[in-house]
Amino acid sequence: MDVTLTINGQKVTVPDGSTILEAARYAGISIPTLCHHPDLTNVGACRMCVVSVERARGLQTACTTPVFEGMVVDTESEDARETRKFVLEMLLTDHPNDCMVCEVNGDCELQDLVYDYGVAWPEHRGVRHSYEADPDPNPFIFIDRNKCILCSRCIRACDEIQNRDVWNFAYRGFKTKLVAGADQFLLDARCESCGQCVAYCPVGALYDKMSLGAGRVSQLTKVRTTCSYCGVGCNFDLNVRDGVIVRVTSAHDAPVNGMSLCVKGRYGYDYVHHPDRLTRPLVRAKWLGAEQVEEQVANGNWQIATVAEKYVQPPASGPQPSISDGTFIQTDWDTALDVVARKFTEVKKAHGGDAFAVFASAKCTNEENYLFNKFTRQVLGTNNIDHCARL
Amino acid sequence: MVSIATGSLAVRREQARERWLQKINADVYVTVGMGTCGLAAGAGDTLAAIEAELAKRNLNAVVGKVGCVGMCSYEPMVELQAGGKPRVNYGQATARNVPEIFASYFDGAPLRKSVVVGEVAPTVIQTNGRALHSLSFVDPESKEKTAFHQKQLRIVLSNCGLIDPESIDDYLALDGYKALETVLTEMTPEEVIEEVTRSGLRGRGGGGFPTGVKWGFARKTPKWPKYVICNADEGDPGAFMDRSVLEGDPHSVIEGMIIAGYAIGAETGYIYCRAEYPLAIRRLEIALAQARELGLLGEDILGSGFGFNILIKEGAGAFVCGEETALMASIQGERGQPWPRPPYPAVSGLWGRPSNVNNVKSYAYTPRIIRLGAEWFKNLGTEGSPGTAVFALTGMVNRTGLVEVPMGITLREIIYDVGGGISLGKKFKAVQTGGPLGGCLPEAHLNTPVDFDSLRAAGAVMGSGGMIVADETTCMVEFAKYFMQFVCDESCGKCPPCRIGSTRMLEILERITAGEGELEDLDEIRRLATGMEKGSLCALGQLAPSPVISTLRHFEEEYRAHIEDRRCPAGKCRALITYEIVADLCTGCMVCMRNCPSNAISGEKRQPHVIDPELCERCGLCMEVCKFDAIIVW
Repeated sequence: MDVTLTINGQKVTVPDGSTILEAARYAGISIPTLCHHPDLTNVGACRMCVVSVERARGLQTACTTPVFEGMVVDTESEDARETRKFVLEMLLTDHPNDCMVCEVNGDCELQDLVYDYGVAWPEHRGVRHSYEADPDPNPFIFIDRNKCILCSRCIRACDEIQNRDVWNFAYRGFKTKLVAGADQFLLDARCESCGQCVAYCPVGALYDKMSLGAGRVSQLTKVRTTCSYCGVGCNFDLNVRDGVIVRVTSAHDAPVNGMSLCVKGRYGYDYVHHPDRLTRPLVRAKWLGAEQVEEQVANGNWQIATVAEKYVQPPASGPQPSISDGTFIQTDWDTALDVVARKFTEVKKAHGGDAFAVFASAKCTNEENYLFNKFTRQVLGTNNIDHCARL
Repeated sequence: MVSIATGSLAVRREQARERWLQKINADVYVTVGMGTCGLAAGAGDTLAAIEAELAKRNLNAVVGKVGCVGMCSYEPMVELQAGGKPRVNYGQATARNVPEIFASYFDGAPLRKSVVVGEVAPTVIQTNGRALHSLSFVDPESKEKTAFHQKQLRIVLSNCGLIDPESIDDYLALDGYKALETVLTEMTPEEVIEEVTRSGLRGRGGGGFPTGVKWGFARKTPKWPKYVICNADEGDPGAFMDRSVLEGDPHSVIEGMIIAGYAIGAETGYIYCRAEYPLAIRRLEIALAQARELGLLGEDILGSGFGFNILIKEGAGAFVCGEETALMASIQGERGQPWPRPPYPAVSGLWGRPSNVNNVKSYAYTPRIIRLGAEWFKNLGTEGSPGTAVFALTGMVNRTGLVEVPMGITLREIIYDVGGGISLGKKFKAVQTGGPLGGCLPEAHLNTPVDFDSLRAAGAVMGSGGMIVADETTCMVEFAKYFMQFVCDESCGKCPPCRIGSTRMLEILERITAGEGELEDLDEIRRLATGMEKGSLCALGQLAPSPVISTLRHFEEEYRAHIEDRRCPAGKCRALITYEIVADLCTGCMVCMRNCPSNAISGEKRQPHVIDPELCERCGLCMEVCKFDAIIVW
């Protein structure tokens, strides 16, 4: 059943059970929010979305108040605007004035609202919290409680999305503090470091520890990609600065996973630029022929590899390492693939296709696994194919 | 368990009535007020002393315990009746004073330490052939009601001090659970709701919402199960109305809840009682067990097919859990924080189910209304606020205590007639109703009638029943600061206006009382108050500025004196006062010197002493101990 209401003089028809906020956004009318997130339950805590509703006692929070037929809402009443300003001012009286060096400068919901409402930095003689920054040894999640506005989005994300229920508030009133477990370290409080809390934090209270000082939103380029860890196919944005991935951020419009990522997807990107990573093929010298190896190494096309790339560079002076049959030679891709194709052909000729067994990986995409299947059955000529996800 | 049909309940009631009559007509009948208040004053020892005294005098007595009769300033209290003589209530009946009380009653010896509060006069309200028993005290000479009781009308407190709260038989003897019988055998749920609505009963937790209408909402919501919740998380400083009802008459609350359960269609009730009330919880547990044993709780109550059960949930010490949504969050095992309304509990409450939350007293009124009729109740009190109001009268009055008065009586009558005026002959300054979320009213408003609407119009609130009287020695800025400190401690921290606003306001009040205030601070207080009132999520934050704003409205000159003259007119704010010895009055007795904790007083024997303002900590001890009024504060 649909309900028709009036928001700022505009008639809006929405399904019964919608909130004022949903109706307003549907009609293209924006209402400021801090504690609201469409993925999370609404708690009406931050008081930013207060609006005037005709005949209602006092202001109502748009995120929690259900619409009814004939409701008349004013989202920009003087009362509502003044109250929002008051809330922002109150938040700022207990918030550091360090946007200049803040990690989330330019990507902060509080900063945007303070700008929109023209709230001045309040000088006052009262207390401000001075919590220790980065008090938690968790390697991925950085905490600065001085910036926390107690909106509880992290708490709800952890509880409702990740089902870990690590975060909560402790103490009361002005002393209310975001804590993990019973005011413990994150990892002692069942945290699995998925970083969902960071993703939902509207301010700089929770941040990715590996990305501290690595670049702010205006300095970064976001590149949408698919996670290479497992077959779920999560999408996220690589945050790239000067060709280097400095952070992974989840994206609300990611079709498979939305804002969710696991610890590997969100924080396991350091292998990309790791010196141990193999970026070119290594082939045993005996498969390449001694003469060819000598020639190509001499003219610099191939290198003698020891264990991994970082050891590949030959010593600047002194004798070169000697080459035996088992020595890895770093070749080009064509050479290496030629070796593989030749060996496959030899085996198939000598023993038939069923001499092969193929094991595919969940780290491949569906398309890659499909191709692998075709290759195994049609090119190698065997049905001996399996997949790690079946284990 | 097999429930007992109404017939066998009638048999049990008859037996209970006989036992009751035997008890109150016993040759020697002694009762001791055993509420928390009485016990704190030593009623436990008094009881032991009475047993010893009875043994000494070789008297075969019925000794009973009763709930609080409401006269705090007289605790512990004992009632004595023997040999056909009138029953007499004695105050200050500590164990040490028990022998003199017995000597007085039996031998006519004079009392030295304890006092006669009055002769006990049973009071019966008769209407529609039904009776409501309560007790009041009359002057032994004139047989007139004592001043404390003259203007009182005890309905919800009728059983308090009269019956043994741990005996269901006492409750049954005075027609307890009769209303439940009527409801289950003669009325439909709709008729119950209609009857409560017609009585005009308004919620006694402070909101004043019509109880019957609320029940109707919960009944109409087509979701099951439904819950009946009793809010017994009484947290206002100086308020103990609900505690007294729970400790003195727990069955009336239970009966009211069962009736509410039948009316809205609930099968489970919760009593959310603060853990700081261990005696109330114990007596509730006893009462619940007794009611279960008689089949008044459980399945198929009195053969009606209706089943109901009640669970007790202890609070964990948060004032905000008296707010109904925070209370339900707490029952659910969550952090006690309010959630926004709508949806209201009647639509989506405990575990998202329709729930009806009422105060202890609202439930306790219900059986009386059913039994004596909506018309009877409606005609008590005022048109807009029928019935009676229960107040915990505390502060600087002669007779502090728990009083129940008809709605519409003036503040002046409560303070001067019931409370006996301001103690120590001081002058009245202000009265704070509604606890830390209420407002204070000055002398000019003393003729305000006590009812939901008049108090609100005057800028105070009914609240759940705290009434604190301040005399001329009270600094109203400090008074406001005390309540704001309370709010700072008790704010749940969920929404910024309350969490941060209260702290900012307290900081300003602290500056003013420390002599560092500026005139702009008064505007800032008003601005913060507006922001908190409009922006806060629940009533705690919305009403928290009321004590400050009402004192600022009525006593602005006192705030200004702190700021402009750096002076505390009441002589209370340490940073702004100076103690001085008036040389002409000082006899040089050295008492003040010996008592001064900071050695700030010097002087020779029989010579006027002097206070060194540098060393003086302004504790006021010298002024208290001086017998010659030679020390002044300015």
